[in-house]
Amino acid sequence: MVISNKPLRFILAALVACLPLMSFSNTEKDSAHVQTEEAHGAVSEGHHAAEPTDVKSKIKAFVGHHVLDSHDFTFTQDDETGKYYGFPLPVIIWDNGLHIFSSSKFNHGHTAAESKGNYYAINHHDGKIYRTDASGEIIENEKTGHPENVRPLDFSITKTVVSIFAAALLMFFLFSSLAKSYAKNGGIASGVGRIFEPLVVYIRDEIAIPNIGEKHYRKYMSYLLTIFFFILFLNIFGLTPLGINATGNLTITFSLAILTFLITNLTANKNYWGHIFWMPGVPKPMRIILAPIELLGVFIKPFSLMIRLYANIFAGHIVLMSIIGLMFIFKSWIGSSLSFGLSFVLSILEILVAFLQAYIFTMLSALYFGSAVEEHHHEEGAHH
Amino acid sequence: MEIPNIVGAGLIVIGAALGIGRIGGSAMDAIARQPEASGKIQTAMLIAAALIEGIGFAALFAS
Repeated sequence: MVISNKPLRFILAALVACLPLMSFSNTEKDSAHVQTEEAHGAVSEGHHAAEPTDVKSKIKAFVGHHVLDSHDFTFTQDDETGKYYGFPLPVIIWDNGLHIFSSSKFNHGHTAAESKGNYYAINHHDGKIYRTDASGEIIENEKTGHPENVRPLDFSITKTVVSIFAAALLMFFLFSSLAKSYAKNGGIASGVGRIFEPLVVYIRDEIAIPNIGEKHYRKYMSYLLTIFFFILFLNIFGLTPLGINATGNLTITFSLAILTFLITNLTANKNYWGHIFWMPGVPKPMRIILAPIELLGVFIKPFSLMIRLYANIFAGHIVLMSIIGLMFIFKSWIGSSLSFGLSFVLSILEILVAFLQAYIFTMLSALYFGSAVEEHHHEEGAHH
Repeated sequence: MEIPNIVGAGLIVIGAALGIGRIGGSAMDAIARQPEASGKIQTAMLIAAALIEGIGFAALFAS
């Protein structure tokens, strides 16, 4: 059944039609109940025994819920009734022995969890798990402000890990069913996966082949496709009200950039290293000066990949959540509706940013792979 | 007297906006001269804009 003869236009129309589904009506959160992890940059959590009721700290908690990682998957909380919608995630700790327990033992940070005789508590300032005594007290060093308790190795399944698994499973099932549909339908895709065929062909024809070349592009296609759709799906997950912020997390983007770095340098041929250390076509004294700079470039390029994706997504989320919070600060007709309009438009921009950042990451990775497998061009007039 | 961080952030934004504005401008000129190449020009423009934004964001986070 042909849905549309102009698939790209149809895809764009479908995306715009789905925008009303991404509404952001969240109940205000009580910051004393919110679990947080890995505090970044501007967002700091204020957890007190007394429950803060003013709007600003509630908004801070709301923003924190969206951009910080957490040991339990919180959908929403009702302040008045204190009811909590969400589910706890397993905590896996290595502390001279494997401790596995549910994060519900932490009771949203109020109590210390007991496991095999050891007690663990979540530090409210940085959201990390420390080994404590039975009272769950975390002793802070007076001078540095850092906790003095021992920190076990934390391998927990946190919210971000769940989102990565979800994205991976989604990709696996979508693309395996798309691939199978080719066999069943004689070379033409059928089913929902048809949306991705033009994207895959685009990545092959506009990103992989122009940058890597006809001879070698097939080796890198699987990686390029994987990171494109992985980053795209994680970015789109981040736009939902579930509070998932995977690509706005420095460790995730670091891992992706490390993969690009390793693949570039481990599959590079002699010309790549030649262009870095002993570049042809450049007078010899210049080569000695340029070599350290080029070597630095080898590390800075993946570093910039990491920072670019992280900063774009993280900053976008912070700004979007803050403007949504602005709706509650302006308790007036005009202020709140303007904030709502602005946040709506900004979310549309965030969808564009989601696609763009996935595209840029993939394109730059393809560019680096291309430079790694480039054949030797004989320069005219250059003396080797 | 210490210059506050926010002034640095403002300068970064000015720099990034100038850079991307120039790229956008020359992309418009190029598309006007040769509309058939608009796809390639758009792609190149987006890549250059993303690179500049990358520096801009990294610097913003450092400030």
